[in-house]
Amino acid sequence: MSTEAHAVAPAHDEHQTSTGLDNVKMAMWAFLGSECLFFGSLISTYLLYRNRFGSGPAPHEIYDIPYTSVSSFVLLMSSLTMVLALNAQQRGILRAARVWLLATAFLGMTFIGGQIYEFTTFYHEGLALSKSPFGSAFFVLTGFHGAHVTVGILMLLSLVGMSLAGRLPQSDSRKVELIGLYWHFVDIVWIVIFTVVYLIPTNN
Amino acid sequence: MGAFALAASACSSNVGPQDYMSPEGPVSRRADQLWDITFMLAAIIFVIVEGLIVFALIKFRHKPGRQAAQFHGNTKLEVVLTLVPALILAGLAIPTVKAIADLSQKPNNALEVKVVGHQFWWEYEYSDLDVITANEMHVPINQPVYLTLEGVDVIHSFWIPKLTGKQDVVPGRVNHMWFTAEKPGEYWGQCTEYCGLSHANMRLRVIAMAPDDFQTWISEQQQPASSPSDSLALQGEKVFMEGPCINCHAVEGSDAAARIGPDLTHFASRGTFAGAIFDNNAETLTTWLDDPPAVKPGSKMPDYDLSQEDIQALVAYLQSLE
Amino acid sequence: MATAAISQRRLFARPTSTTGWKSWLFTVDHKKIGILYGATAFIFFILGGLEAVAMRTQLARPDQTLFGSAEQTADLYNQFMTMHGVTMIFLVVMPMGVALFNFFVPLMIGARDVAFPRLNALSYWIFAFGGIFLYSSFFLGGAPDGGWFGYAPLSTTQASNGMSYYSVGLQILGVASLLGAINFIVTILNMRAPGMTMMRMPVFIWMTLVVSFLLLFAMPVIAVALFQLMFDRLFDTNFFNPAAGGDPVLWQHLFWLFGHPEVYILILPAMGIVSEIIPVFSRKPLFGYAAIVFAGAAIGFMGWGVWAHHMFAVGLGPVANSAFAISTMFIAVPTGVKIFNWLGTMWGGDIRFKTPMLFAIGFVMMFIIGGLSGVTHSIVPHDAQQTDTYYIVAHFHYVLFGGALFGIMAGLYYWWPKVFGHMLSEKLGKLHFWLWFIGFNVTFAPFHIVGLQGMPRRIYTYPKGMGWDVWNLVETIGAFIIVSSVLVFIANIIVSSRKREEAVDDPWDARTLEWSIPSPPPEYNFAEVPVVTHRDDWWHRKYVESPEGFPVPVLAGGSKGEENLGDGHGIHLPSPSFFPLVVAAGLPVMGYGVIYFNPLVLGLGALITMMGVFGWIFEPGAADEH
Repeated sequence: MSTEAHAVAPAHDEHQTSTGLDNVKMAMWAFLGSECLFFGSLISTYLLYRNRFGSGPAPHEIYDIPYTSVSSFVLLMSSLTMVLALNAQQRGILRAARVWLLATAFLGMTFIGGQIYEFTTFYHEGLALSKSPFGSAFFVLTGFHGAHVTVGILMLLSLVGMSLAGRLPQSDSRKVELIGLYWHFVDIVWIVIFTVVYLIPTNN
Repeated sequence: MGAFALAASACSSNVGPQDYMSPEGPVSRRADQLWDITFMLAAIIFVIVEGLIVFALIKFRHKPGRQAAQFHGNTKLEVVLTLVPALILAGLAIPTVKAIADLSQKPNNALEVKVVGHQFWWEYEYSDLDVITANEMHVPINQPVYLTLEGVDVIHSFWIPKLTGKQDVVPGRVNHMWFTAEKPGEYWGQCTEYCGLSHANMRLRVIAMAPDDFQTWISEQQQPASSPSDSLALQGEKVFMEGPCINCHAVEGSDAAARIGPDLTHFASRGTFAGAIFDNNAETLTTWLDDPPAVKPGSKMPDYDLSQEDIQALVAYLQSLE
Repeated sequence: MATAAISQRRLFARPTSTTGWKSWLFTVDHKKIGILYGATAFIFFILGGLEAVAMRTQLARPDQTLFGSAEQTADLYNQFMTMHGVTMIFLVVMPMGVALFNFFVPLMIGARDVAFPRLNALSYWIFAFGGIFLYSSFFLGGAPDGGWFGYAPLSTTQASNGMSYYSVGLQILGVASLLGAINFIVTILNMRAPGMTMMRMPVFIWMTLVVSFLLLFAMPVIAVALFQLMFDRLFDTNFFNPAAGGDPVLWQHLFWLFGHPEVYILILPAMGIVSEIIPVFSRKPLFGYAAIVFAGAAIGFMGWGVWAHHMFAVGLGPVANSAFAISTMFIAVPTGVKIFNWLGTMWGGDIRFKTPMLFAIGFVMMFIIGGLSGVTHSIVPHDAQQTDTYYIVAHFHYVLFGGALFGIMAGLYYWWPKVFGHMLSEKLGKLHFWLWFIGFNVTFAPFHIVGLQGMPRRIYTYPKGMGWDVWNLVETIGAFIIVSSVLVFIANIIVSSRKREEAVDDPWDARTLEWSIPSPPPEYNFAEVPVVTHRDDWWHRKYVESPEGFPVPVLAGGSKGEENLGDGHGIHLPSPSFFPLVVAAGLPVMGYGVIYFNPLVLGLGALITMMGVFGWIFEPGAADEH
C-alpha cells in the first residue's frame, strides 16, 4: 500500500510553500481564471450575434425554457453531490465518496444527454451550426460548455476507478477537491450561460 | 538615428506622390498639424533623454578608482518624472480629441460618392449623377467629397495620402470619410488593408478638376457607350458580347450589364486600368488580355486563352469606348 | 497486490539517464528545458530571419519578381510575410523569454525546480511540435498567407490550407504558453526561498510574473478567436462571414484584445533582463525598484485597455477612437518611468561596457525611439495616415527588435557563463553588438521615411517613381548587415565553446542569487536552500556600504558561497519522464486530422495524447526510490 500511495503523491509537494497555499490548488485557480476569459469571449460573441438569425429560427422561437430549466437544475444538483463526495472523502468514508462521485457523474451525464437532445431538436427545427451567426455562436458556446462537462465526467469516473482500485485514500482527498473546484466552476459558468442565452429576451 | 531619419524625412525635398508629409487638402492638413506638434514634442524628449544617457555613459564610465554611489532612488524626482510626461500627454490629448470630433462631422454641400472595394480594384458610384466608374475618381476642386465605403469580399482600406488618411472598407459595414481637393491634379493612393495576392496592385487615383471641367466629365460619363465605327472594333464588340466578357462587365447601351467586374462604358476615357497599375494603351491592354493573372497575380479575370486576333479586336473595341 | 505494484512500477518505470540524448528528450530539469527552449527558438530565429531577408531582397528594387512569376512571387511573399510575423512573435521572442524564465526563475528565487517539472517539459514539447507543425505547411500546399493578424474574412476564404495551419498551429502553441504561465505563476508565488519576499524579488522575476498573468488571461481570448476562425474555415460557421450577417470586426476585437497584451508579453521580459544587467554593470542598486515594479504591473493592467488603437481606421466612431487615443497616450507614462529609472541607475555609477551592458544600453536607446513613435500613433487623425504604412513597421521593429531582441541578446551574453560554464568572447561579442546595432538602424530607420512617404505595408512590390527606391535599397543592405552580425554571434558561440574560457561562479560581480552557485549550476541548484535577507541578496553578502555610500567588500570569505558547500547528496529531485513528450506528440497529429478532415488521424492523435496522460497519471514519483 505504501508504495502505491507514494506513487501518486510526488514527494516534493510536501514542502512548505511561500504563500501557504497548495501548489496544485493554486494552479487550478489560475487555470480557472484563464477559463473565465475563455467563456467570457464566447459569451461576448453570443451577445453580439443573438439577434443575427437571418431567415433561420430566432432564439425565442426554439428555446424551451422549462426544459432547459430542468436540465440546469440537474446540473446544479450535481454541485451538491460533489460537495457531499468531497466531504465523505475527507472524512475517510470512501464508499460513500464513491457513491456521491458516481451520482455527480450521473447528473452530469443527464445534463449532457439533455443537451444532445436539445441540439438534435434545434437542428430539426432548422438551426444548424452554419445557419446563421446566431446558430454558430449558440452551438459553439454551449458546445464548449458541454465539452467541459464531459471532461469533468471523465475525471469523476477516473476518481471512482482509482478509489475502487484502492488508489484514492483519505490522505489523497486533494484530488477530489481539485476536480470538485473544476466541477463547481463549470456549473457556475452554466448559470451565466443559462441567464445570458436563455433568459434574456431577444428582439422579436 | 531614428530621430535623424524622421527629421530627414520631414524636410525631405524628395516628395513622392503618396508622401503625406506634404498635405494638399484640409483633412490631411489637419492631421499634419497634429503631427507637427507631436513630432516636435517627441523630438525634444528624444534629444533630452538620449542626450542624458550618452552624457551618463561618458561621465560615469569606468575609470580606475571610481566608486559607484549606492543610492536607491529619489521619490521627489520620480514623482516629477511621472507627472511631467503625463501632463505633456494630457496636453496632446486635447487637440487630438478635438480633431477627431471635427473630422467626424459630415461636411455641408458635399459631392457624394459610393466607394466599393473589390479584390483588387475600386468601384465608384456617383449615385445622384448616375455615373459608375472604376479606379480613377474624378472630383471638383474646393467642394468636399463625402464617401460612403462598402465592401463585398474582404476588408480593404481607402487612402489618398495627400488628401486624407485612410478608412477601412469592411464588408457588412458602411463607413464614411471625406476630403476636399484644392488644386486640380492627380492624387495617388492605394489599398492599405492586406487583401490577398494583389494587395500591392490595388491602386487608385483621384483626379481633381475645375468645377466646369468636372461638369463636362460628368455629362460625358452619363452618355451610353458610343458604337464602334471601324471594322476591327466592331469585330471586338462581337467577341465581347458573345464571349465570357459580359458575364462580369457592363457597357451601358449594350447587352452587357453585369456588375462583377469594372463598368467599361467609358473605359477609354480612363488613363489607367486593372487597379490603376497599367497605363491605358494598346500595348498594355494586349498583355493584360493575353493572361491577366500573369501580370496581376490573383486577378479575378482568368486567362481565357483568347486568340491574338480576338485580343486585337477587343483592344480596338475597348479603345473605342470613350 | 504487491506483485501488481511491482509490475506496475516496471511498466511505468521512469527514465534515469542524466547524460546523452535521452537525458534531453525525457528531462524535467528546468535548466535543460530552458536550454532546449533557447536552442529551438534560435533555430526558428534563423528561419524567421531568412524569411525577412527574402522579403527585403524582393523589395530592394521596384517592380521585381524574384521568386518566379509575378504570381509565385506574390504568393511566396505573402507566405513569408505571414510566417515571419508568426515566427518572430510566437516561435522566437516568446520562447526566448520562456527559455530565460525557465533557466533563471528557480535560480533567482532560490528554488530547486519549478513547481511542476513535468508540466514544464510538456510546455516545451508542445511548443516544439507546434512550431514544426506550422512549418510543415510549407511542404503541404503552402504556409499561412493571411497575415500574422489573420484578418477575417480574408483568413477564412484564402484557398490554400495555410490559414488552417495558422488557426490550429497557434492553438497548439497557445496551450504551451498557458501551461507555462500557470507553472511560473505558481513557482514565483509559492517556491521562493525563505526571506525572498515579493518586494525583494529581482525585477526579472516580477516581469516574469506579470507576463505570466498576461498570458493566462490573453491566451484564452485568442483561443476563442482561433476556434471561430477554424470553425469558419472547416465547418462553415458564420462568425466572420458578412454575407450571412457575421461581423469581420469581431475577429479584430478578439485578436487585438489578445494582441495588445501580447505586445507587453514580448517586451516585459526584455525590460526585466535590462533591469538586472544595468545595475550589475553600473555597480549600483536599481534606481526606484518599487517604481519599476509598479510600472511593470501598471503596464500589465493598462495593456488591456488600448487594443482598439490597432483599429483606428476600422470606423469605430469618434467616441471610441478618442477614448482609445487617450488610453494609448497614458500607457506611455509607466514606460517612461522605466526609462528614467534605468537612466537613474546608471547615474553616478561605475559603468563597465561589457557586451551584455552594450546590448542593454542599446535596448534603452532604441526602445525610446519605438516608444516615442508609439505615442505618435495615438493622434488618431494622423494615425489614419500612418497606419498600415512602413511607419508602423518601423515602430514595432524598434520595439520588438530594438526592444525585445536587444534585451534577449543582452540576457544571453549576461547569463551565458552561468548556463554553459564558459565565457563568450568579448571581442566577438562587441563586434556582434556593433554590427547588430548599425544593421538594425540602417534597416529600420528608413522604414520611418518610406512610411511617411506613403509606402504601405504588406505589399510584395511597388512601382518606380514613388520616391521609395533609394531607402528600400538601403534597408536591404541593412538587413544583410544584421545577417552578418548573427553570423558573428554563431561564430562566437562555436569559438568560445571550443576555446572554453572557464567561467567562475560570479564573473560579473553580480547581485542576484544565481551567481552564488557554480557555473554551470549543479542539477540540484542549491546544496542548501539560501535564506534571503536583502533585495540583491548576493551583493549584500559580498559588500557593505561605507558611511559615504560606496560599496566596501566584506572581508574575504564572509558568508560568500555557503550554497556551494555540500555535494547535494540526498537532495530529492524529480525523475525524468517519457510522458510529456508523448502527450505533446499527439497534438500535431490531431491537428493534421482536423485540417484534412481525417477522423482516423484525429483519433490516432487523441489516442497518443490519452495514452500519454494515462501514463503520466500512473507514473511513479521517482525512478529509484528504494
